[in-house]
Amino acid sequence: MMSSHLLLTAPIAAPLIGLALTTLLWRSPQQQRIASLAAGFIFLWSAIALLAATMDGTILATQFGSWDAPFGISFVADNLASAMVLITAIMAVTIAIYQLTDPEENGRPMFHPLYHGLLLGVTGAFMTGDIFNMYVWFEIMLVSSFGLLVLGGTKEQLDAGVKYVMLNLVMTTLFLVAVAFLYGATGTLNMADLAHRVPMIENTGLTAVLALLFFLAFASKAALFPLFFWLPASYHTASTPVLAIFAGLLTKVGVYAIVRCFTLIFPVTDGLASMIGIIAALTMITGVLGAASHFDIRKILSFHIISQIGYMLVGVALATPLALAGSVLYIVHHIIVKANLFLIGGVIKRKTGSYQLKAIGGLHRAAPFLAIMFCIPALSLAGLPPLSGFWAKYLVVKPSLDTGNWYLAATALIVGVLTLYSMLKIWNEAFWKAPPESVPMITQASGGAFALQYVAIAVLSVITLCIGLNPEPFVTFSVEAADQLTNSSRYINAVMESSYADD
Amino acid sequence: MEPLYILAIGAMAGVAAYLLMSRNVLRMVLGLLLLGNAANLTIFVAGRLGSSVPPLITGDQTTIAVSANPLPQALILTAIVISFSLVAFTVVLLHKAHQRLHIVDTEKMREAEPVRSIATHDSSETKQ
Repeated sequence: MMSSHLLLTAPIAAPLIGLALTTLLWRSPQQQRIASLAAGFIFLWSAIALLAATMDGTILATQFGSWDAPFGISFVADNLASAMVLITAIMAVTIAIYQLTDPEENGRPMFHPLYHGLLLGVTGAFMTGDIFNMYVWFEIMLVSSFGLLVLGGTKEQLDAGVKYVMLNLVMTTLFLVAVAFLYGATGTLNMADLAHRVPMIENTGLTAVLALLFFLAFASKAALFPLFFWLPASYHTASTPVLAIFAGLLTKVGVYAIVRCFTLIFPVTDGLASMIGIIAALTMITGVLGAASHFDIRKILSFHIISQIGYMLVGVALATPLALAGSVLYIVHHIIVKANLFLIGGVIKRKTGSYQLKAIGGLHRAAPFLAIMFCIPALSLAGLPPLSGFWAKYLVVKPSLDTGNWYLAATALIVGVLTLYSMLKIWNEAFWKAPPESVPMITQASGGAFALQYVAIAVLSVITLCIGLNPEPFVTFSVEAADQLTNSSRYINAVMESSYADD
Repeated sequence: MEPLYILAIGAMAGVAAYLLMSRNVLRMVLGLLLLGNAANLTIFVAGRLGSSVPPLITGDQTTIAVSANPLPQALILTAIVISFSLVAFTVVLLHKAHQRLHIVDTEKMREAEPVRSIATHDSSETKQ
């Protein structure tokens, strides 16, 4: 049995080692790829070890530099955090495998170091128990994502990069200002200690302003209505592996931060709850309507990221244990499904030479395996039983009805139908219809050229099927995670056990 | 002291907002720099100004009664390093973008989201 210190540091160390090794192996692409994949597997192993240790509901916590909480920087892993770390690790490995036979990022030695830098930032943000430290991880994640986005150096990427960089920098500065005000009001940065001290602020107006500042900062990260505009402006210009990791992880870090902050530090009040609920509904609707108006696979899928974020937020708005369990399950389901769809989009582009639905067709004959693999995440995204999306949506709709928020349930169901419409559009245009005669036929690459891309897609589809066909352990796990979120004293006690023992 | 700092922060944030709303990317990057520094000053004020006694504990003591708060300085130092690297990246990105696109006006940056009229194109493209 490993100590909790080692368990909590290993998931950070693995991408850090990957970052260092891939930078050193700059000049030898083959070794760089092997090192990247190896670091990915170490990451996966450490994430599994972490999840195994927290599975029974224990919350692991450690302090760095022998400074007791609340003075040292804490790292905490409860069920939610360790599940997020495991999903990140699964993404890290599958996309690294996909990348092996994908020519898009070949000849760009900078890809691997930045890729591990991104994973490092994301993992750190999931595990940290210190709000300023979270800001630092956000910045590590951001600077890596800036690099990854403009790696190709095409005109589109530079143009998208300018908008993405500017908007994100302004919003992280806002996050920093919010941290400063919170520190000024409470005198602490440790999240467990904040949970203890924020209720002691006598000025309730101040607490409300602080909560709104944090919500604003995280909402732009999570691409919520009306702060989502940077996402459809930039995502579609990135290469497939980059896009898949962005789509899977970046916005979810924002959602995770909202879930963490608004269960632990600022428990949701009535006014805040209805505001978050309305924003969740508007996010779902805007995203799905944006997707309906596009005919470019990447743009359709990018808008669906926004739409799906709305579902995750419903749990935060309702704040009942079952609703929060729905949010947790939704995040897990969504990361896998969404990244998979972008990977499939990348294969479609490589096979046909275009992302434009008008210009392609006939893939059900040319690539029957791909067609089957597309159906699983596409129908899961739309929420059809018995796939993972159905159970996740069920856990969103049921608590909405239980608490009398029928408008959230109705929106969720209607948006589900519109999602199905978008997925059917891709199916009809790309797979089902005959290929347009004006364009050259599908390029016949040899079977092995796509092998590892198919492996990555198949792995993610199998995980989706596992959640769909055997949802019970996943739901139980989410309910336990939600219990930890609603009883924040469990989190606080785990972090502060040594400091509050004297009181 | 605090009111003076707060006025300075307000002025910096105001100028930063003005610069960020400009269409010229060079002005925007200056706005980002100012905004970052306004945030740093905010941390400084949030940590309370007051004593300027260094927070050092001499040999025969275990605690100190009055001293400057060292934490905001550590936080600002971190934030300065981060904002330096990010602004450096942004300047390089803008330079590269200017080399390739030959524009500094963000309104004209439409490579990633081209504007096409509905009449000439069969309604499938983005109009934003």
